[in-house]
Amino acid sequence: MSDVQDYKSRLGDISSKRFETFSYLPQMTADELRKQVQYIIDQGWNPAVEHCEPENAMKHYWYMWKLPMFGETDIDRILGEAEACRQANPKHLVKLIGYDNVRQTQGTAMLIFRPSA
Amino acid sequence: MSKTYQAGVKDYRENYWEPTYVPKESDILAVFKIVPQAGVPREEAAAAVAAESSTATWTTVWTDLLTDLYYYKGRAYAIEDVPGDDESFYAFIAYPMGLFEEGSIVNVFTSLVGNVFGFKAVRSLRLEDVRFPLWFVTTNPGPPHGIYVERDKLNKYGRPMLGCTIKPKLGLSAKNYGRAVYECLRGGLDFTKDDENVNSQPFMRWRDRFAFCQEAIDKAEAETGEFKGHYLNVTAATVEDMFERAEFAKEIGSKIIMSDYLTVGWAAHTSLSKWCRKNGLLLHVHRAMHGVIDRNPKHGINFRVLTKMLRLMGGDHLHSGTVVGKLEGDREATIGWVNMMRERYTKEDRSKGIFFDQDWGQMAGVLPVASGGIHVWHMPALVSIFGDDSVLQFGGGTIGHPWGNAAGAAANRVALEACVQARNEGREIEKEGKDILIKAANSSPELKIAMETWKEIKFEFDTVDKLDVSHK
Repeated sequence: MSDVQDYKSRLGDISSKRFETFSYLPQMTADELRKQVQYIIDQGWNPAVEHCEPENAMKHYWYMWKLPMFGETDIDRILGEAEACRQANPKHLVKLIGYDNVRQTQGTAMLIFRPSA
Repeated sequence: MSKTYQAGVKDYRENYWEPTYVPKESDILAVFKIVPQAGVPREEAAAAVAAESSTATWTTVWTDLLTDLYYYKGRAYAIEDVPGDDESFYAFIAYPMGLFEEGSIVNVFTSLVGNVFGFKAVRSLRLEDVRFPLWFVTTNPGPPHGIYVERDKLNKYGRPMLGCTIKPKLGLSAKNYGRAVYECLRGGLDFTKDDENVNSQPFMRWRDRFAFCQEAIDKAEAETGEFKGHYLNVTAATVEDMFERAEFAKEIGSKIIMSDYLTVGWAAHTSLSKWCRKNGLLLHVHRAMHGVIDRNPKHGINFRVLTKMLRLMGGDHLHSGTVVGKLEGDREATIGWVNMMRERYTKEDRSKGIFFDQDWGQMAGVLPVASGGIHVWHMPALVSIFGDDSVLQFGGGTIGHPWGNAAGAAANRVALEACVQARNEGREIEKEGKDILIKAANSSPELKIAMETWKEIKFEFDTVDKLDVSHK
């Protein structure tokens, strides 16, 4: 059994919490993040930024940062808003959403910043 | 003008072969692959199938003259060669709307695959595809929630969902079974699943299983902060038992239940589907017995027809085959019926075995479920083939992890997210799969061990039911 590793996840330990897509991967680098933003733009989706306290993250509604950036296709402007949201809410999780108005869903919603990062 | 009555037997083609007929928008269209008995001409065999699956009996009857037979008859309107197959041919048949009860899959298929399949004039018969007109689509309930409502309820976007069927299939006690569920879910899976034949056996009665599984879900959700579900199988011996189980699942807060739409029967399944929409539970649909019906390339019903049928009766998930795992499934054919589950309009595409355009109107889509003999090494191919709107289910590929279910689940979740990230970056994930997984394993010891464990496992047997797309 010595080579079997324990799975470290504990009730009430905030570090055991996950936050959906990409929350099982390490923090993305700036370059990796740009590629994900490009993906959202390429799909024709509308980018949006949301944020939340980690302890309330299981609520469906996080705080919306301003409004979704309808029609925005400039990576720097989109990342600029995500960064501004993080600066204003350093203890919050931040996710990037791509609203797909044709299918009436979020085409994606990915965790991009964690408070520890 | 009225006709006179003449008793006796006529060739079917006199009345039921009509090559000049132009199908109406309101017709139900079907294409059959037919192998006629020796000496029976193609037109006669096609007409016989049209006749026997609609109005006719073997002989003329006087009561034919009391109805508008010209309106009610099914018509064989085209015949085509089957590429690479000299003994079979395709027959296209149009059925008028007045033949069928609105919203009744049971009624339509009692005609289309009824007595005609035992008919002596044909040696074998396979229903390859059906075009449902919009009037019929809109009179069926369709998926209780559909793909996007499910995503909204579970808060999962931009990736396939992950599941696991609890193994061993049979024999675990309810409490030990709940343990296996809990371990999978806390490790990062979205769903776990009852196996199809887990109902309410002496070793584990349904109520005990439901209660322990729900406790497992509740704790895993609190621990991870993500929404989770376990497909509680409500399939039972009687409809009353089935609904008793469904009601209890709802009472304890379960988000999703499951049914086996071929073995419970289409009427029972459709009732359950309507109950699910009314009560806000998702419906996972298993397809036990489909191989009996759809695997023989010359006889039976192609799975694409069983797929269309299920979308109409309603289900939020349906097993589709994996292409890459241990179970049968041609890649292009599978992509064909996966699209039929999800899209609003599917176009005729013979390269995927699709014979008709199909308009689904506003009917919600069904999530295809890829399950059976898959493990982390298959992840790049699965993400590439199925895309985001799917559930990828690793049974042995989760529970068989050397460190247990939670580690197995985490390995699959890391592999999945790494493949999605790479795909979004524009990389060719099927080609670069190995590099992607190796990089992801650097930050996940669970994934690293999983990759070592299943390195050599392949399922490379040829597909039995291949698409007939080229001359051999």
